[in-house]
This record gives sequence, C-alpha cells and structure tokens, in this order.
Amino acid sequence: MAGTLQFSPDDRYNAFITTCREAPFGDGALAGTAVAVKDNISTAGIRTTCASRILESYVPPYDAHVVGLLREKGAAIVGKTNMDEFGMGTTTETSAFGPTRNPADPSRVPGGSSGGSAAAVAAGLVPMALGTDTGGSIRCPAAFCGIVGLKPTYGRVSRYGLVAYANSLEQIGPMARTVEDVSRLMSVIARYDPHDSTMLDRPYDHQPSAEIKGLRVGIPEEYFGEGVDPRVAGTVRDAIGVLEELGAETVPVSIPGMRHALAAYYVICTSEASSNLARFDGVRYGPAVDTRKSWHEAYQDLRLELFGTEVRRRIMLGTFALSAGYAGRYYAKAQVARRNIKEDFERAFCDADVIAGPTMPTVAFRLGEKTDPLSMYLSDILTVPANLAGIPAISVPCGRVDGLPVGLQLMGRQFEDERVVDAAFAYEQEVRA
Amino acid sequence: MVTESDIEHIAELADIGISKDEVPEFTTQFNAILDYFEVLDTVQGESAPAVGITNVFRDDEPRPCLPQEAALANAGSTEDGFIKAPRVM
Amino acid sequence: MKTIVGLEIHVQLATRTKLFCGCSTDYRDDEPNTHCCPVCLGLPGALPRLNRKAVEYGLKVAKALDMRVPEESEFARKNYFYPDLPKAYQITQYDKPLAVEGTVEIEDDEGHEKIVRITRVHLEEDPGRLVHVAGASKYSLVDYNRSGIPLLEIVTEPDMRSPQEARRFLNKLRTILEYLGVFDGDREGSLRVDANISLEGSERVEVKNISSYKGVEKALTFEVTRQKNLLRRGQTVTRETRHFMEGRGITTSARGKEEEHDYRYFPEPDLRPLRVADRVAEIDLPELPVARKNRFMAQYGISLNHARTLTGDPKLADFFEAVAGVDPVLAATWVADTLLGELNYRDMSIAAVPADRIAELLDLLKSETITDKAGVQVLREMLDACAAGKPCEPPAVIVEREGLARATGGEFTPIVQAVIAANPQAVEDYRTGKKGALNFLVGQVMKETRGRADPRELGRIVSECLDTGGV
Repeated sequence: MAGTLQFSPDDRYNAFITTCREAPFGDGALAGTAVAVKDNISTAGIRTTCASRILESYVPPYDAHVVGLLREKGAAIVGKTNMDEFGMGTTTETSAFGPTRNPADPSRVPGGSSGGSAAAVAAGLVPMALGTDTGGSIRCPAAFCGIVGLKPTYGRVSRYGLVAYANSLEQIGPMARTVEDVSRLMSVIARYDPHDSTMLDRPYDHQPSAEIKGLRVGIPEEYFGEGVDPRVAGTVRDAIGVLEELGAETVPVSIPGMRHALAAYYVICTSEASSNLARFDGVRYGPAVDTRKSWHEAYQDLRLELFGTEVRRRIMLGTFALSAGYAGRYYAKAQVARRNIKEDFERAFCDADVIAGPTMPTVAFRLGEKTDPLSMYLSDILTVPANLAGIPAISVPCGRVDGLPVGLQLMGRQFEDERVVDAAFAYEQEVRA
Repeated sequence: MVTESDIEHIAELADIGISKDEVPEFTTQFNAILDYFEVLDTVQGESAPAVGITNVFRDDEPRPCLPQEAALANAGSTEDGFIKAPRVM
Repeated sequence: MKTIVGLEIHVQLATRTKLFCGCSTDYRDDEPNTHCCPVCLGLPGALPRLNRKAVEYGLKVAKALDMRVPEESEFARKNYFYPDLPKAYQITQYDKPLAVEGTVEIEDDEGHEKIVRITRVHLEEDPGRLVHVAGASKYSLVDYNRSGIPLLEIVTEPDMRSPQEARRFLNKLRTILEYLGVFDGDREGSLRVDANISLEGSERVEVKNISSYKGVEKALTFEVTRQKNLLRRGQTVTRETRHFMEGRGITTSARGKEEEHDYRYFPEPDLRPLRVADRVAEIDLPELPVARKNRFMAQYGISLNHARTLTGDPKLADFFEAVAGVDPVLAATWVADTLLGELNYRDMSIAAVPADRIAELLDLLKSETITDKAGVQVLREMLDACAAGKPCEPPAVIVEREGLARATGGEFTPIVQAVIAANPQAVEDYRTGKKGALNFLVGQVMKETRGRADPRELGRIVSECLDTGGV
C-alpha cells in the first residue's frame, strides 16, 4: 500500500527547516507514518543543513543508514527539523534558521539540540521523529517539551550519515509522544550497519513490558544536589515513588566522577568538533569560494561569515584543548575522567538495574534567557554522564512545575536499552491509567 | 588565564576568522570556561588502553563510486571535472 | 665531515580498494573525481571502514623487516587545513603505529654489509591531488581520485652515511616490497620520500616530496654540497624544511606556516583499535631477495654479480627462472647483461618480453646455431617488435629471414683466402710477429660474413691459413 503523504503542517513553532509537501512511502512496519528527521542526518535529495548557513544548500548524495531503514519500513520522511547549529546548544536558539519555540509554552525554548524534532512531536505535527544526542540533545528537549526520547547505547544505532559533531559521544535516537512509539521507532533504526565500525550487531526487537516487579532503581545523590531545582527534584522523586508502588525497589548509588563529567564532556566534544567541522571549507560543498583570495584567507573569512558564534567558540575551545602544550592537561585528563565515570556507572549497576534522576535540572528556559555560554553548558550536567559512559538513557514526562513539563531520566547498563524502555513504559502506563 | 592575544592566536590555529570586536567577549568567556575546566586537574588515574571491540575490517572488494556529476554536485565551483579551490601559497 | 641521512618513505599499497572505502585504486589515466564516494570525498556523515588487506600488507612488511608488532595499534587524526585533504584531517597512526624496530641490510660505500634500522611503519591515507593553475587569476584544481589510497609510511633511523647509501637502501626496500607483492613500483608516484639530512654537528634539514629513486640521491647530493658550502663560508645550517624541485635538481626553503604546524593529534573515534600482533605468526613470507640470491648461486651456479642483478627485481628473477632451463649460466649472462641493457636503452619493462621467445633464442645460442653477435641482432629485432606492440616472431624465423645462421668452416674458406690475398701488407705484418695484424684480418672476414661466424673460430682458421701458407 505504497503511496504519497501530503504534508503541509502549521509550523507555528518553527520546528522544521525543510518540509516535504509530498512524502512518498512504502510498505512495512511504519507504512505511511510521518517521521521527521533532525537536520543533521543525511537524506539523499533533501537538503541537510545542520541549521548552519555553511550547509544552507547542501544536498547529500546519499541516505544515512537510519534513513534507509525508515524508507525500507515504509515511513514517509516529511521534513528536516530545526536544531542548534551542528547540535551545539541546549535551546535550539543557535540555529541559523531562527529558534524553535516550545509548544508547551511558546515563550520558552524547546530545549536542544533536537528542539525541532521535540516540538514537531509535541505539537502533534508528526507522531515520531529522529533526534541525535551528544550530551543530552534528545533527552533535554524531550523533557522540556513533555515527550519521550531515548538515547540508545553507543554502538546500537548506526551513525553513518549523521553529520559528526562529537563522534565518540553521539547517537541517533527515537522521539515520540509515547514510550511504545519510541520503542517502535527504535526497533526500526537499531539494525547493524557495517559502515559504522563503532557499531555492535545488537538489533533491538522489543515489545515494551510494564512488569518491573523487583527492578532495582539506583538513586544517585549527585542527581538531586546543588543546581537542581528542588521542585524538579521533588517531582522526579514522586515519579520514582510510582515505580516503587509498581514493585521496584530503590537503592542509593553514587557516581563520584560526576564532578568531572561536565568539564570532561566539553573538552571531548569540542575537541572532536574542532576536527569534524574543519572540513567545511566551501570547496566541496557550500557556496563558491572566492578564488581571488588565498586559501587560508578565503577559508577563515568563510568560516567567520557562515558559522555562528557558538560554533566558532566551540571550535576554538576544542582547538585549544588539543593544542601542543595543553592536550595533556585537557584532552588527556578528560579521557581519564571519562573512564572513571564509566567505571562509576559499572559499579553502580552492580547494585541497581536502572538509575533514575531528573533529565534536566530545571524546566525549560525562556527564549534568550541563557546568554552566557558557561551557564548554558552547566544545564547539561545530568545528561552528559550517559554519553560519557555510552549507556542508554530515556527521558519520560513525569509531571509539571510551573505548568512546564519535567522529565524523568532512566539510565541502564550498556545494551540494556530494553530495560530502560520497560521502566519508562511501566511508569507511563501507570500515570496514564 | 588567556589574554586577548591568546584568543587571536587560537583563532589562527583553528583557522577560524574572528572579528576585532568579538575578541574581548571571547576572552572573558574563555576564561570563565577554562576556570571551570580546572576541575580536571583533580582527576585521578592513568589513561588505560582502549577496551571493547577491536579489529573491525572491510574486505578489499571494490564498490561502485559516485558518478562525477554527483561528486561535484555540491561544489561551489568546478572546472573540467576538477573542484576549484583558492590558491594555497 | 660525516653525513647523516634518515628517510621517511611513503609507499602506495597495491590493494584493490582505498584504505577506508570501496573505491577502486586504479585511478591513473581516469577523469578527475571519478573514483570517489562520500567517504573519500569527506562528505558530512560518512565514516571510514578499514581495508583488511591494507593491514595484512602492513604486517607482511613488518615481518619481512623483522619488526615488532605491538599489542595494540591505533589510528589517529592529524589535523591540518589544505584543499587536497577533504576532511581537513588525515587518518594516520601516531603514537601507536602498526610495527616498530626493524632492520634492512644494505651495502655501504665500501661494499660491506651494513644494517639500516627501521623505526616504525604505519598506515595512513593519501590526500587528493592539486593542480595549480597559473595566469591572471591563480587558483588550484582538486582531484580526489587519489584521496584515500592506502599508504604505508616507513621511517628509518638516521643510519645512512651518503646519498648513494640512501639510494641503495631505497632500491633494497623497493625490491623487498615488490617481492612481498604489496607494492607496484611501476605506478607513477607510488613511492615518495622525505629525507632528513645533516652534517655531523650541524642542524638537520628535511627535504620533502621526492618522488623518484634517482631524485633521492640527487636531492641529497645537492643538500650535502649546499650545507658544506655554508659551513665553508663560516655560515650555519638552519633547521628547516625544504622542497626538492625535481626538474631543476635543487632544494628550496619552504618557509612560513608549514613549519609551525600543530597537528593536534588525537585517536580517530570512528575506528576501533587494532590487536593484530598474534596474526604475524600466520603470515607466510615469500622467498625474499637475499634468500633468492643465495639460492640462485647454489642452484644455477651463477656468479654473485649476476645473482644480485637478477634478484634485484622479482619480475626479472622470475623471468630468469623461466628461461634458465637449458643453460643457467648462459641464461644469466644474456638476461642480466645483454637483455637488461637493451631494456634500459628502450625504457622497457621486463614484463613486456615473452620468456618463451627468449628461451628459444638461448637454445639457438647454446646449440651454436647463431653467434653471440647474431644473437644480439635477433634480440634487438624481437624487442623492437615488442616495444611497438607487434607480435614477437620466433627467433628461428628471424635468423632464417635475415640469413644469420652461423657460417661453417668450409663456407668461409674462400672469403678468408680472398681477404688474405687482398691484404698483403697485413699478411707481412703477421709474419713479422705483429699480433694486431691477425685481429685486423679476422675483422675483415667478420665484416664480409656479417657476424655469422664465431670470431674465435675465425681466428683459428685465419691463422691456420697464414701459418700453413695454404693460400
């Protein structure tokens, strides 16, 4: 029953960068389902901008592996969603195509960097969308917009075709209004791809189950401490109470390496980004370069003109962190910190099956509220540990503070994406009933 | 502590343009961020060899290439099948 | 003043596909940008996939050079901006190379065996190719067909003491690589060298991008002279990078940005580490040049010089073994001396020569059907045909057509008699004991018989005629 889906959404929140008015689809598990794709995931024949002017007219000649899988299962790719430029932000305000607004409160940001995907789902424009999560970019907007988002285990979903920001941290993942739809989308995209050498052949074939009796839920003190809005913490504690009512037991755990997590994360992601983004030189793609200038001059001018401030700031930070004389102090130390955090989680997962806490320390910010980069970075503190450790983490809506959505974050052992999905599903089924 | 001239040097190293009026703000922000990064000085432990999967290979079997038009499609300027770039020297 | 030379050699490995993608490596003579895919064009989102064969070839070289393969090896990014480098970083190996600590045996300038130590070998990708367009508006044209071709970088210790030693080292290394079947030295640009050279006690100079064997010796010789002249004039040698201008045979300073690179290496996050040390034991090495040289001497009874020449190129050694059957010593002389000389003169490869025809020619020589001189004539006709892409006639046919069959004694007695009759002065000189006179007379007969007679046999007949006065 292949066909074409007409798609002309009322995009009042600026969730899309590109929409496809006529989206063809085929047969399969997602036949005719409208799926939005974050604009850093390559789509053959559909421009892929990463919300950057430098890629404003870039049309990939190939599909990302996950996009191929979506097409194979009959999904209709209806558009490319807005995001922070190259994924660098927590608000979707650094987009060259203007900020996305939060459907829960249009004066607020949707979170980022997958803010467009979250807003498109939350506004009901599409039932599901793909996001990418480098340090919380799926879970943060899911929490802020009141939807469900899963960052899979590193290596479970192919990164082939995902325009790299920080290769060792990021994963493509599903976003939807329900855990069930997140799980459905996950079972389409989590398929082995030999193009991604960091992948393991661990396909996801799972029907969510609400049976969580005896599940040990670890509560890390670090997730409820300084910097976390007490009302958000309280809402999340209530949600954990619901899990307990369903037969789960809570255990205290500790992730002492958390104190290094944010610094380690920003050193690693900016270092990798400084290398990844160096290729955007206007030669192989992008606008024509001015051949009257010399190479370095043309290259510097183009990057000044076409990269946003945050992107240039992160490229410079990463360049500094890798430079001679500083790499030992920053890059090398960050790698040690990363390993320590991974080991902290491994220890914690001896006592707990999943670890629960808030997704974000606060509710959604007002548009324009975060002007200082460091204070923006600090809001990622609860999401980056899962990326550093490579473990699965899901955000599921768990109530509101000031009328704004709050997300419950559930993290699991490596390759136990199914278990975090089940825990989130059990919670969701209970509070919906 | 980085100075404004450090910032200009880093921009040069990163081969990224920076306008004069941005330099003071970048310097302030860099210093705040680098102050925060100082927590890494307290990290304990040595870097260990990588763990996990190793030896991921592809067989030496040729695959089709992109047609020349597709390879050049996104390039701003081309000439006789080449991609045009500014002179290096 | 001691000259100290170390080399970094970049060798294109003869895999079928590129190092990190399935694009064919057979790009020479093809249109620009036709051997490209998202990976080797560095398109956003593309990911590298390591070619197993390239790693196997690297390990083969490591084993042949008697190297140690560390437990773990890793790829890293070398970050720099250049239009031929599509990702703005080169995937290479940095602090964890594929193999370390090897040796190559060469002859020093006095003909003694010496060891050149190999520091490391590692795998990396070749950048694309730039064509510089001059004229009113200067710009570059980029072709990414070469982008991603697998390179093996081989780094030596500064163990060579002269430009000639460096060249002998390279020849030796090339031979080993060709024996291993990992490298095709006939391909243009398949071997590129950076050389470090210093005079003892002075600063080191790096000469980049030497793209031929002869170029290495030339560039280094130029540098030795330049550096010695500087010191002689009381100046000092500056530590710097210089470029070799192949056409002019000189090196020029490459000042500026290039010298202050900060490559910001870090492990390539898109590739997994290698743990391949245990695979080295399974590698079967082919017979290498030294072993083959020794076997040639033992098995075929040929001289050291012939054995060395013949085993200097695996294709030549194979050729020799294909034609050695009837008389190995005769075959060695003909292949190593005559044939190789004729090939060099024509700039031809041994691959273009049909071994069966040469074997037939050797048969004609062995059976004394033709003389050596006629043999050379036949060989030249055969090679000219091969070079022109024409079918190579059997040597017997050429002998027949050109009337080159060896003349027998009776056949040229009348000619001898005629020559003696026509040169009374020479006959007189001979009789008074002037040995040169005999050679003169033989030469005259040779001329008349167009090389079909064996000079020694002729000499015997002519002197017999003279001595017996049997005119």
